Amino acid sequence: MRKFGALIIILALLYFLGSGLITDLKINRKNNLSQKTARAYINRNVKNPEINNQQLHGKTNNENTAANSVTAVIVDYRSMDTLGEITVLFLAVTGVLALLGSSKNNRIKLEKPNYILKISSKFLFPLIFLFGFYIFIHGHLTPGGGFQGGTIVAAAVLMMYFASNNYRVNTTDIKILESLSGLSFIIIGIFGLFILGDFLQNFLNKGIMGELFSAGIVPIIYILIGLKVSAELSNIVKEFMGDK
Amino acid sequence: MMNSINLSAIFILIILLFSILAIESKNILKSIVFLSAASILTALIFVIWKAPDVAMTEAAIGAGLTTFLFVLTYFKINTIKKEN
Repeated sequence: MRKFGALIIILALLYFLGSGLITDLKINRKNNLSQKTARAYINRNVKNPEINNQQLHGKTNNENTAANSVTAVIVDYRSMDTLGEITVLFLAVTGVLALLGSSKNNRIKLEKPNYILKISSKFLFPLIFLFGFYIFIHGHLTPGGGFQGGTIVAAAVLMMYFASNNYRVNTTDIKILESLSGLSFIIIGIFGLFILGDFLQNFLNKGIMGELFSAGIVPIIYILIGLKVSAELSNIVKEFMGDK
Repeated sequence: MMNSINLSAIFILIILLFSILAIESKNILKSIVFLSAASILTALIFVIWKAPDVAMTEAAIGAGLTTFLFVLTYFKINTIKKEN
Protein backbone atom coordinates (compact mmCIF):
# COMPACT_ATOMS: atom_id res chain seq x y z
CA MET A 1 0.00 0.00 0.00
CA ARG A 2 2.82 2.37 0.88
CA LYS A 3 4.57 1.58 -2.40
CA PHE A 4 1.45 2.55 -4.34
CA GLY A 5 1.32 5.87 -2.51
CA ALA A 6 4.95 6.55 -3.38
CA LEU A 7 4.28 5.65 -7.00
CA ILE A 8 1.34 8.07 -7.16
CA ILE A 9 3.45 10.89 -5.66
CA ILE A 10 6.30 10.23 -8.12
CA LEU A 11 3.89 10.21 -11.08
CA ALA A 12 2.33 13.49 -9.89
CA LEU A 13 5.81 15.07 -9.58
CA LEU A 14 6.74 13.85 -13.06
CA TYR A 15 3.53 15.39 -14.38
CA PHE A 16 4.36 18.74 -12.73
CA LEU A 17 7.89 18.70 -14.12
CA GLY A 18 7.09 17.44 -17.58
CA SER A 19 3.82 19.22 -18.31
CA GLY A 20 5.61 22.32 -19.61
CA LEU A 21 7.94 20.37 -21.89
CA ILE A 22 5.61 18.04 -23.77
CA THR A 23 3.64 20.14 -26.25
CA ASP A 24 1.30 17.31 -27.29
CA LEU A 25 -0.14 16.93 -23.78
CA LYS A 26 -3.53 18.61 -24.22
CA ILE A 27 -4.84 18.62 -20.64
CA ASN A 28 -6.41 21.95 -19.69
CA ARG A 29 -3.85 23.93 -21.65
CA LYS A 30 -4.50 27.59 -22.35
CA ASN A 31 -0.96 28.93 -22.77
CA ASN A 32 2.08 28.07 -24.82
CA LEU A 33 5.40 28.13 -22.96
CA SER A 34 7.47 27.68 -26.09
CA GLN A 35 6.39 31.10 -27.35
CA LYS A 36 7.03 32.94 -24.07
CA THR A 37 10.54 34.29 -24.38
CA ALA A 38 10.55 37.69 -22.64
CA ARG A 39 11.67 39.47 -25.79
CA ALA A 40 11.41 42.89 -24.19
CA TYR A 41 14.03 41.98 -21.60
CA ILE A 42 16.33 40.29 -24.09
CA ASN A 43 16.30 43.25 -26.51
CA ARG A 44 16.74 45.83 -23.77
CA ASN A 45 19.70 48.17 -24.38
CA VAL A 46 21.57 49.58 -21.38
CA LYS A 47 23.77 52.05 -23.28
CA ASN A 48 20.98 53.85 -25.13
CA PRO A 49 17.74 53.92 -23.15
CA GLU A 50 15.77 55.63 -25.92
CA ILE A 51 16.09 52.59 -28.16
CA ASN A 52 13.10 50.34 -28.77
CA ASN A 53 11.51 47.80 -26.42
CA GLN A 54 12.20 49.76 -23.22
CA GLN A 55 9.80 48.76 -20.44
CA LEU A 56 8.05 51.79 -18.95
CA HIS A 57 6.12 52.45 -15.76
CA GLY A 58 2.38 52.70 -16.14
CA LYS A 59 2.19 50.29 -19.06
CA THR A 60 -0.37 47.52 -19.14
CA ASN A 61 -0.80 44.36 -21.24
CA ASN A 62 2.81 43.30 -20.82
CA GLU A 63 3.93 39.69 -20.69
CA ASN A 64 5.20 40.41 -17.19
CA THR A 65 4.54 43.63 -15.25
CA ALA A 66 7.20 43.36 -12.54
CA ALA A 67 9.16 46.63 -12.72
CA ASN A 68 12.32 44.93 -11.41
CA SER A 69 13.43 42.69 -14.26
CA VAL A 70 15.61 40.53 -11.98
CA THR A 71 12.52 39.61 -9.94
CA ALA A 72 10.61 38.93 -13.15
CA VAL A 73 13.23 36.34 -14.09
CA ILE A 74 13.64 34.83 -10.60
CA VAL A 75 9.99 34.51 -9.58
CA ASP A 76 8.12 34.24 -12.90
CA TYR A 77 10.23 32.80 -15.73
CA ARG A 78 12.49 30.65 -13.52
CA SER A 79 10.29 30.10 -10.45
CA MET A 80 10.91 26.35 -10.55
CA ASP A 81 14.64 27.09 -9.96
CA THR A 82 13.69 29.31 -7.01
CA LEU A 83 11.72 26.40 -5.53
CA GLY A 84 14.88 24.29 -5.81
CA GLU A 85 16.94 27.07 -4.22
CA ILE A 86 14.57 27.17 -1.26
CA THR A 87 14.84 23.38 -0.93
CA VAL A 88 18.64 23.68 -0.83
CA LEU A 89 18.40 26.29 1.97
CA PHE A 90 15.97 24.04 3.88
CA LEU A 91 18.40 21.10 3.61
CA ALA A 92 21.26 23.33 4.83
CA VAL A 93 19.20 24.32 7.89
CA THR A 94 18.42 20.64 8.53
CA GLY A 95 22.15 19.89 8.48
CA VAL A 96 22.88 22.71 10.95
CA LEU A 97 20.14 21.46 13.31
CA ALA A 98 21.47 17.89 13.09
CA LEU A 99 25.01 19.03 13.96
CA LEU A 100 24.32 21.66 16.63
CA GLY A 101 20.96 20.66 18.10
CA SER A 102 21.46 19.12 21.52
CA SER A 103 19.12 18.87 24.47
CA LYS A 104 21.25 20.79 26.98
CA ASN A 105 21.24 24.56 27.13
CA ASN A 106 24.80 25.80 26.51
CA ARG A 107 24.05 29.32 25.37
CA ILE A 108 26.93 31.72 24.83
CA LYS A 109 26.55 34.16 27.73
CA LEU A 110 28.01 37.62 27.38
CA GLU A 111 29.37 38.70 30.77
CA LYS A 112 28.04 42.23 30.52
CA PRO A 113 26.10 43.26 27.39
CA ASN A 114 27.09 46.62 25.96
CA TYR A 115 24.94 49.34 27.55
CA ILE A 116 24.51 51.35 24.35
CA LEU A 117 23.54 48.22 22.39
CA LYS A 118 21.14 47.14 25.13
CA ILE A 119 19.20 50.45 25.08
CA SER A 120 19.33 51.17 21.35
CA SER A 121 18.42 47.64 20.26
CA LYS A 122 14.90 48.13 21.63
CA PHE A 123 14.41 51.07 19.24
CA LEU A 124 16.37 49.57 16.34
CA PHE A 125 14.74 46.11 16.33
CA PRO A 126 11.29 47.20 14.98
CA LEU A 127 12.95 49.52 12.45
CA ILE A 128 15.26 46.82 11.05
CA PHE A 129 12.36 44.35 11.05
CA LEU A 130 10.21 46.83 9.10
CA PHE A 131 13.06 47.47 6.64
CA GLY A 132 13.43 43.74 5.97
CA PHE A 133 9.70 43.42 5.37
CA TYR A 134 9.78 46.48 3.07
CA ILE A 135 12.59 44.87 1.02
CA PHE A 136 10.65 41.70 0.35
CA ILE A 137 7.20 43.25 -0.08
CA HIS A 138 8.61 45.70 -2.67
CA GLY A 139 10.71 42.98 -4.32
CA HIS A 140 8.93 43.37 -7.66
CA LEU A 141 9.38 47.17 -7.73
CA THR A 142 12.81 47.97 -6.26
CA PRO A 143 16.09 46.01 -6.00
CA GLY A 144 15.93 43.32 -3.38
CA GLY A 145 13.60 40.46 -2.62
CA GLY A 146 12.83 37.51 -0.40
CA PHE A 147 16.36 36.30 0.24
CA GLN A 148 17.82 39.73 1.03
CA GLY A 149 14.87 40.83 3.20
CA GLY A 150 14.86 37.53 5.09
CA THR A 151 18.56 37.92 5.85
CA ILE A 152 17.98 41.44 7.19
CA VAL A 153 15.21 40.14 9.52
CA ALA A 154 17.55 37.38 10.73
CA ALA A 155 20.24 40.03 11.35
CA ALA A 156 17.76 41.91 13.58
CA VAL A 157 17.19 38.70 15.60
CA LEU A 158 20.98 38.26 15.86
CA MET A 159 21.33 41.81 17.22
CA MET A 160 18.71 41.07 19.91
CA TYR A 161 20.62 37.92 20.91
CA PHE A 162 23.81 39.98 21.32
CA ALA A 163 22.03 42.76 23.22
CA SER A 164 20.55 40.75 26.07
CA ASN A 165 21.12 37.39 27.73
CA ASN A 166 17.38 36.82 28.33
CA TYR A 167 16.12 37.24 24.76
CA ARG A 168 14.87 34.07 23.07
CA VAL A 169 12.95 33.19 19.90
CA ASN A 170 9.89 30.96 20.10
CA THR A 171 10.78 27.80 18.17
CA THR A 172 7.17 26.68 17.64
CA ASP A 173 6.25 29.95 15.91
CA ILE A 174 9.26 29.64 13.60
CA LYS A 175 8.39 26.06 12.67
CA ILE A 176 4.74 26.92 11.91
CA LEU A 177 5.72 30.04 9.87
CA GLU A 178 8.33 28.16 7.86
CA SER A 179 6.14 25.14 7.08
CA LEU A 180 3.08 27.24 6.19
CA SER A 181 4.97 29.53 3.82
CA GLY A 182 6.69 26.60 2.10
CA LEU A 183 3.38 24.78 1.71
CA SER A 184 1.62 27.89 0.34
CA PHE A 185 4.31 28.24 -2.35
CA ILE A 186 3.55 24.71 -3.61
CA ILE A 187 -0.22 25.29 -3.36
CA ILE A 188 0.02 28.47 -5.47
CA GLY A 189 2.03 26.49 -8.02
CA ILE A 190 -0.65 23.78 -8.17
CA PHE A 191 -3.35 26.47 -8.59
CA GLY A 192 -1.41 27.67 -11.63
CA LEU A 193 -1.35 24.11 -12.93
CA PHE A 194 -5.11 23.73 -12.67
CA ILE A 195 -6.11 27.20 -13.92
CA LEU A 196 -3.65 27.79 -16.78
CA GLY A 197 -2.10 24.37 -17.33
CA ASP A 198 1.49 24.80 -16.10
CA PHE A 199 3.12 24.54 -12.69
CA LEU A 200 3.70 28.00 -11.10
CA GLN A 201 1.98 29.91 -13.91
CA ASN A 202 1.02 33.53 -13.20
CA PHE A 203 -2.76 33.17 -13.01
CA LEU A 204 -3.76 36.48 -11.34
CA ASN A 205 -4.46 39.82 -13.00
CA LYS A 206 -1.16 41.41 -14.01
CA GLY A 207 -2.20 45.02 -13.41
CA ILE A 208 -0.24 48.19 -14.20
CA MET A 209 3.55 48.16 -14.14
CA GLY A 210 5.07 50.05 -11.22
CA GLU A 211 2.18 49.73 -8.77
CA LEU A 212 2.30 47.78 -5.52
CA PHE A 213 -0.57 45.46 -6.45
CA SER A 214 0.71 44.33 -9.81
CA ALA A 215 2.51 41.43 -11.48
CA GLY A 216 0.02 38.80 -10.31
CA ILE A 217 1.47 36.10 -8.06
CA VAL A 218 5.04 37.51 -8.08
CA PRO A 219 4.73 39.67 -4.89
CA ILE A 220 2.78 36.90 -3.08
CA ILE A 221 5.49 34.33 -3.80
CA TYR A 222 8.26 36.76 -2.84
CA ILE A 223 6.54 37.52 0.49
CA LEU A 224 6.28 33.76 1.17
CA ILE A 225 9.97 33.28 0.27
CA GLY A 226 10.91 36.17 2.57
CA LEU A 227 8.97 34.70 5.50
CA LYS A 228 10.50 31.26 4.93
CA VAL A 229 14.07 32.53 4.62
CA SER A 230 13.75 34.78 7.68
CA ALA A 231 12.39 31.88 9.77
CA GLU A 232 15.13 29.51 8.63
CA LEU A 233 17.99 31.96 9.16
CA SER A 234 16.62 32.98 12.58
CA ASN A 235 16.64 29.29 13.48
CA ILE A 236 20.31 29.04 12.37
CA VAL A 237 21.20 32.07 14.54
CA LYS A 238 19.37 30.52 17.50
CA GLU A 239 21.18 27.20 17.12
CA PHE A 240 24.57 28.93 16.80
CA MET A 241 23.93 30.81 20.06
CA GLY A 242 23.22 27.42 21.69
CA ASP A 243 19.80 28.47 22.98
CA LYS A 244 17.26 25.84 23.94
CA MET B 1 38.67 61.95 -14.75
CA MET B 2 37.52 59.24 -12.38
CA ASN B 3 35.20 57.00 -14.36
CA SER B 4 33.57 53.82 -13.08
CA ILE B 5 36.24 51.48 -14.49
CA ASN B 6 39.06 53.28 -12.64
CA LEU B 7 37.01 53.35 -9.43
CA SER B 8 36.28 49.62 -9.59
CA ALA B 9 39.97 48.91 -10.37
CA ILE B 10 40.97 50.72 -7.18
CA PHE B 11 38.39 48.73 -5.18
CA ILE B 12 39.59 45.44 -6.70
CA LEU B 13 43.18 46.23 -5.64
CA ILE B 14 42.00 46.97 -2.07
CA ILE B 15 40.01 43.70 -2.05
CA LEU B 16 43.15 41.83 -3.14
CA LEU B 17 45.06 43.45 -0.26
CA PHE B 18 42.36 42.52 2.28
CA SER B 19 42.19 38.95 0.98
CA ILE B 20 45.96 38.48 1.36
CA LEU B 21 45.75 39.95 4.87
CA ALA B 22 42.85 37.60 5.74
CA ILE B 23 44.90 34.57 4.66
CA GLU B 24 48.20 35.64 6.20
CA SER B 25 47.14 37.07 9.60
CA LYS B 26 47.84 34.81 12.59
CA ASN B 27 44.85 35.93 14.69
CA ILE B 28 41.58 34.29 13.57
CA LEU B 29 39.37 37.21 14.69
CA LYS B 30 41.46 39.68 12.62
CA SER B 31 41.17 37.33 9.65
CA ILE B 32 37.35 37.29 9.98
CA VAL B 33 37.25 41.10 10.07
CA PHE B 34 39.43 41.38 6.95
CA LEU B 35 37.14 38.93 5.15
CA SER B 36 34.12 41.06 6.09
CA ALA B 37 35.86 44.22 4.80
CA ALA B 38 36.64 42.52 1.49
CA SER B 39 32.99 41.46 1.26
CA ILE B 40 31.62 44.97 1.79
CA LEU B 41 33.98 46.36 -0.89
CA THR B 42 32.72 43.64 -3.26
CA ALA B 43 29.20 44.94 -2.59
CA LEU B 44 30.37 48.46 -3.54
CA ILE B 45 31.78 47.11 -6.81
CA PHE B 46 28.43 45.46 -7.56
CA VAL B 47 26.73 48.83 -7.04
CA ILE B 48 29.18 50.49 -9.47
CA TRP B 49 28.51 47.75 -12.02
CA LYS B 50 24.73 48.39 -11.70
CA ALA B 51 23.72 45.11 -10.06
CA PRO B 52 21.98 46.34 -6.86
CA ASP B 53 20.22 43.01 -6.18
CA VAL B 54 23.51 41.12 -5.99
CA ALA B 55 25.06 43.96 -3.97
CA MET B 56 22.26 43.69 -1.40
CA THR B 57 22.76 39.93 -1.07
CA GLU B 58 26.52 40.38 -0.72
CA ALA B 59 26.16 43.10 1.95
CA ALA B 60 23.49 41.26 3.98
CA ILE B 61 24.84 37.69 3.80
CA GLY B 62 28.56 38.10 3.05
CA ALA B 63 29.35 41.06 5.27
CA GLY B 64 26.60 40.80 7.88
CA LEU B 65 25.40 37.33 8.81
CA THR B 66 28.39 35.17 7.80
CA THR B 67 30.84 37.32 9.81
CA PHE B 68 28.79 36.89 12.97
CA LEU B 69 28.38 33.16 12.38
CA PHE B 70 32.19 32.88 12.07
CA VAL B 71 32.64 34.88 15.29
CA LEU B 72 30.10 32.68 17.13
CA THR B 73 31.87 29.53 15.90
CA TYR B 74 35.16 31.00 17.18
CA PHE B 75 33.60 31.59 20.64
CA LYS B 76 32.12 28.06 20.67
CA ILE B 77 35.46 26.41 19.76
CA ASN B 78 37.17 28.37 22.57
CA THR B 79 34.61 27.18 25.15
CA ILE B 80 35.02 23.55 23.97
CA LYS B 81 38.81 23.92 24.30
CA LYS B 82 38.43 25.24 27.88
CA GLU B 83 36.17 22.31 28.86
CA ASN B 84 38.65 19.67 27.67
